Amino acid sequence: MVHREVSDTTIGAPAGSDPVKRASTLSVFKRLLIGAFALGCLGLLSFFGLAWRPAIAPIAPPPPQSFAPELIAKGEALAGGGYCAECHTAKVGQKFAGGYPMPTPFGVLYSTNITPDPETGIGTWSEAAFARAMHEGVARDGSHLFPAFPFDHFTKLSDDDVKALYAYFMTRPPVRAPAPANTIPFPLNIRALQEGWKILFFRSGRFEPVAGKSAEWNRGAYLALGLSHCGACHTPRNLLGAEKANEAYAGAVVDSWAAPALTAANPAPVPWSQEELFRYLHNGVTAFHGIAAGPMSPVIHGLASLPDADIQAIASYFSDIDHAADRMAAADPAVARAMSYARLASGRHWEPGARLYAAACASCHYNSGRIPLVDRPDLALHTPLNLPDPTNLIQVVLRGVGANEGIPGVVMPGFSALSDADIAQIAAYLRSTRTSLPPWRDLEAKVASIRRSALSTQ
Amino acid sequence: MINFHVNGRPVSVDVEDDTPLLWVIRDVIGLTGTKFGCGIGMCGACTVHVGGRPTRSCITPVGNIPGAEVTTIEGLDPEGRHPLQKAWIDLQVPQCGYCQSGQIMQAACLLKDFPAPTDQDIDGVMTGNLCRCMTYVRIRKAIKRAAAELRRGASND
Repeated sequence: MVHREVSDTTIGAPAGSDPVKRASTLSVFKRLLIGAFALGCLGLLSFFGLAWRPAIAPIAPPPPQSFAPELIAKGEALAGGGYCAECHTAKVGQKFAGGYPMPTPFGVLYSTNITPDPETGIGTWSEAAFARAMHEGVARDGSHLFPAFPFDHFTKLSDDDVKALYAYFMTRPPVRAPAPANTIPFPLNIRALQEGWKILFFRSGRFEPVAGKSAEWNRGAYLALGLSHCGACHTPRNLLGAEKANEAYAGAVVDSWAAPALTAANPAPVPWSQEELFRYLHNGVTAFHGIAAGPMSPVIHGLASLPDADIQAIASYFSDIDHAADRMAAADPAVARAMSYARLASGRHWEPGARLYAAACASCHYNSGRIPLVDRPDLALHTPLNLPDPTNLIQVVLRGVGANEGIPGVVMPGFSALSDADIAQIAAYLRSTRTSLPPWRDLEAKVASIRRSALSTQ
Repeated sequence: MINFHVNGRPVSVDVEDDTPLLWVIRDVIGLTGTKFGCGIGMCGACTVHVGGRPTRSCITPVGNIPGAEVTTIEGLDPEGRHPLQKAWIDLQVPQCGYCQSGQIMQAACLLKDFPAPTDQDIDGVMTGNLCRCMTYVRIRKAIKRAAAELRRGASND
C-alpha cells in the first residue's frame, strides 16, 4: 500500500529524489491527517454532547381550574406586554395557535402553537419545560429553539413572571394547529447548531437590578430588556442574527421599517422625555412625536395591558438611555421652527413637490399657532422625516395608517395611487423644507422597492 | 364581515378588505351624498369623517377601519342645518355642486381645529379640495360665516 502510494506520488518527481524519504514524510503527513480527523470527530462529538439537552417528560394537560385566577390575570397582562400574540398568531388563525411566518435572512420560520393543545401545542409541557424554553431557548423535547423566539430577552424574566405566563397559556382554549415546516436550509436547520450560537451570543440569567438607579428605572429596565424585548427591533444585529451587544438600541431595520435609535442619537427634534415617552407608549400618539405605526403599533396595543406604572417605568428607563434631560433646551426652538414650516403649506407652488403636498397631505397635516394639534400630525417634528433613511416616511405614504394604529379610530389612507416619482417629490420637498438634514438619495428607486415589498406582504 | 358605524348606525358589510370605503358608502349602504372624483385621493370630493377626521374615502380600504365611526354629509347634522350648510345655502356657494359635500366635510374639520380660521388656514387645509366651477371665493366666505356662527354659539353656551 505504502509502496503503491510512493510510486503514484513519484510520477513526475525530479530525478534523484529519494523514494524512501518521501514515503516517511508522507506517512507523517498521513498520521497528522488522521490525528486532525480524530480530533475533529472528538470536537464534533463533544459539541453535540454540549448541545444535547434532555427531553422533559410530557405531562397530562393540567386542568384550567388548577391555576389561581389572579395568577392567570397576571400572566395575561404579561403576555400583552411581551406581545406574545403578535408572533404566535397567524393572519387568519386563532390566537396563540402559531403559524405566523417570520422571514429571516436564513429562510422563513413559522411561529409555534402555544395553546395547550397536547399534540400541536404546549399541552404536555410541564412548568419546568415552559420555564426552560423561556429562560434557555430549549423546547420540551430537548431541541434548541431558534432565536427568532427572543429567549435572549426572556431569560431575564423572573421565575414568578414565567409562572404567571405558564398559568395564562395553559388556560387558553386549546387549538389544534400544526406549525408549517420552516424553510431554513440544511445545515442551518440542524437545531443542535444553535448551541454554537448560544455559546457565542447568549447569556442565560435573570435580570439584576442596577444599584444607584431608582426602583422605577430598574422596573423599566427589567421590562425593556426582558418581557418587552425592545432591543429585538431597536438594536442592530450581526450576520448571525444576534443583537450587537455594544450597539444597544442604536436603531435597526425590521420588516422593511426603520426602528429608530433609542439613544441620544435619536433624531426626533424634540427629545423623548419621560413624559413624552409615557404619552406615546400609552396613547400611541403625542403632538410632538406623532403616532406609532407599522411594527410599533402592536407594541402600543400590547403595553396597554400593563399597569400605567409599568409604562411609566419603561419611559423612565428610556428617557435616561437617550439623555433627554441634557437635550431639553432644544425642544422649544424645534417646535417654533416646525410651526414656521407648517405655514409653508400653501406657498412654493413653483415646486411640484409642494403642490403635491398641498393637495394630498396638507388637509390633515397643516398646522398653525404655537404648537401642533395632536390630531394634525406634524411632519417636521416626527421621526420619519428626520431619519437618515426615508423608509418610514415612504411606508406610511404608501400603506397609510389603519384605524387600529396611531390615533385610535382615525385612519390615513395609503397614497399608493401616486407614482414613485410623485411620492419621491413629496419626500424630497418635505426633507428640504422641514429639516436642515442632507437630502435623501435615490428616492424614486427606494419608493419602488418599498412598494414591491409592501405588495409582496399583502 | 367588516363592522363599523356610519352616521351613528352600526353597519356590517361583507366585502373584500381592499374595497374602497367610498364604494361601500355609496353602493352597499346607499348613501350617495359622497361623490367619486379622481379615485386617487387628490381632489377631495369623496371626503368623509373617520373618527372625526377628514378622510378621502376613495383610497381608504374598508378593511382598515374596523370599529371606526364614519360620518358622511348625510350625518353631519341630523337636519342638514350645520352652520356650514346654512352658510352654503345663504351664500349660494355651489354651482354644479359635485364637490360640495367633500368641501363641507373638510371645512367642518377645519373649523373644529381652527375656530377662527385665517385665509392662510383655509388655504392650507382646503387646497386639497378641488372645485371645477371655481367657487373658491364663496367657499372661503361661507367658511368664515359659519365660523362666526359657531363662535357665537360657543360663547352663548
